Amino acid sequence: MKRTGAQIIAHLLTRQGVPFVSGIPGGANLPLYDALGAEGLPHVLARHEQGAGFIAQGAARATGRLGVCLATSGPGATNLVTALADAKADSVPVLAITGQVARPLIGTDAFQEVDTFGLTLPITKHNWLVRRAADLLDVLPEAMALAVSGRPGPVLIDVPRDVQLEAAEFERWPEPAQPAPKKPCDPAGVERFAAMLAAAERPILYIGGGVVASGASEQLTALARASSIPVVSTLMGLGAFPADDPLWLGMIGMHGTPAANRAMTEADLVVALGVRFDDRATGRLQAFCPEASVVHVDVDATEIDKLRAACLGLTADVGLVLDDLLPLVATRHRPIWRARVADLKARGSYPAPGADPARPQDLIGILGASLPEDAIVTTDVGQHQMFAAQHYPVRRPRGLLTSGGLGTMGFGLPAAIGAALACPGRQVVCVSGDGSILMNIQELATLAELDLPVTVVVLQNGGLGLVRQQQDLLFGGRYTASNFLRQPDLAAIARGFGLSAANLGASDDPLGLLAETLAGHRPSLLVAPVDQAEGVYPMVLPGAANHEMIEDRNHAACH
Amino acid sequence: MQPVIELLVANHPGVMARITNLFSRRAFNLEGILCGPIGDGRESRIFLQVTEDDRLPRVLKELNGLHDVLGVMLRYDVPAGVFDPRRVGEMKMAS
Repeated sequence: MKRTGAQIIAHLLTRQGVPFVSGIPGGANLPLYDALGAEGLPHVLARHEQGAGFIAQGAARATGRLGVCLATSGPGATNLVTALADAKADSVPVLAITGQVARPLIGTDAFQEVDTFGLTLPITKHNWLVRRAADLLDVLPEAMALAVSGRPGPVLIDVPRDVQLEAAEFERWPEPAQPAPKKPCDPAGVERFAAMLAAAERPILYIGGGVVASGASEQLTALARASSIPVVSTLMGLGAFPADDPLWLGMIGMHGTPAANRAMTEADLVVALGVRFDDRATGRLQAFCPEASVVHVDVDATEIDKLRAACLGLTADVGLVLDDLLPLVATRHRPIWRARVADLKARGSYPAPGADPARPQDLIGILGASLPEDAIVTTDVGQHQMFAAQHYPVRRPRGLLTSGGLGTMGFGLPAAIGAALACPGRQVVCVSGDGSILMNIQELATLAELDLPVTVVVLQNGGLGLVRQQQDLLFGGRYTASNFLRQPDLAAIARGFGLSAANLGASDDPLGLLAETLAGHRPSLLVAPVDQAEGVYPMVLPGAANHEMIEDRNHAACH
Repeated sequence: MQPVIELLVANHPGVMARITNLFSRRAFNLEGILCGPIGDGRESRIFLQVTEDDRLPRVLKELNGLHDVLGVMLRYDVPAGVFDPRRVGEMKMAS
């Protein structure tokens, strides 16, 4: 048979069961768009390529399946770069297909030419510049498999315009892409793991995004309960362990619970599952559980011993390791350690949120109480993100989608659109801030067009709150460039895009308005004015140890 | 002798950029490079002359993680002379 490069891409994406692609057409990817239209693959028109990238990410993060985004050459590709770097940092399976100028023009500084391959080389798991249409028959399945195999991540295929138009002759279609088999662990490693667990007096489970990616939440919960091991989590691991379990100590790190951070320093065995010892989680590394032995399980060999030497490092899928481990784990009650953990938890949890919607912590708590169990919450980046991490009860894996590693403001709205597209029937709420929302505000047009049940709640504190907080603590309260001098009317802007919108601060019954908006199940935006003076506490200052937490603003005076 | 990393790689365009990027990002010194296609040209062998460094095991692991890298070996038996750029300079003068 004979197909053009564009037809090969469109057919292989459709055959793979990709539910939709997001993107923006332009000169260098128009042949592909034409073929997509003919193939009937649903397309979501974003209003900025970064939005397209985060829509694909939202779908991928909500489901664990591959998200696909498209962009044209030059500025289209450079606009995708942030979303790809973000996917790399948080191990999200995304395939980006970019148009490139025609082969004879490559290297001539042609119109809308940029070295997409070179630009995305360090921020993708792998990337390709395809030089012949026939190569797409190998490259596309390989790329789709690689993105979801092992430690997931973004891949990019750059396709020159004339390669999209070139016809290739071939006998049959390649086999559909299959993820590589999950990596099991050698039995000796698992036996040693079980022996270390049996010998430990004060073990603790330190879990991260790898547990979510592996789908190992059930096994994790079974292990913790069977052997009475308390659980702490990174930002990316929230939702993998039930937050109402007595063994749950909460998030660790910069804005973690005092209970979690203290328990880590007291543990004699740290069982690190799908984590990478990120500085936001560990604080000063030398002071991070210095007394403990570490068992580290990660599917990515480069993470083992990267920042903290492990007594036992297992390069394998977390779920498979726990499957093999569980039969070797005897029931343990650990009464002394559990009592200590209960005591730490009683004294070192976040204060329970109240019912005042002008307090950001309370507003998140109200959302948590209002939303159904299967709701998906996305966040942007800043104080509102940390309030959400602290006070939103994430009830299932993939229930909270947030930009953890790269910390990209502008993530929340397009990610919410992607999640809503990938999970029809589920309610999606984007918790944002008045700084972040402006960074991809144009995607309100996409949201209105798709008419999805997404509610954006903008915590409006009149500035870049987390920046202001650091300026407070580290720069003598000098707020250089972190206050907004004019406040745009975000509700009016949202209405202009075709959403229903309101300002909670202007309502006599803000809680009623919130409930009514959430029940509406349609594109909506709520502005929630919150107290500018509220900071995210507790806090570990950059470079400090996790047990040296600042409990609130008043205790920060000495720093 | 100085450590030399021997790599077997898929001979794709850009493979050298991937490898040098990995070194430059970590400010890890790369003192010499020797590279050429082998067999039918679908694979290349690369020799990287490096310096002794605590981070060497980590670099080996990361090289192993690259999609186009098919094999990684650390060797201490490669004479430094093979990386000496003067050899090529002298050849040129002779021709």
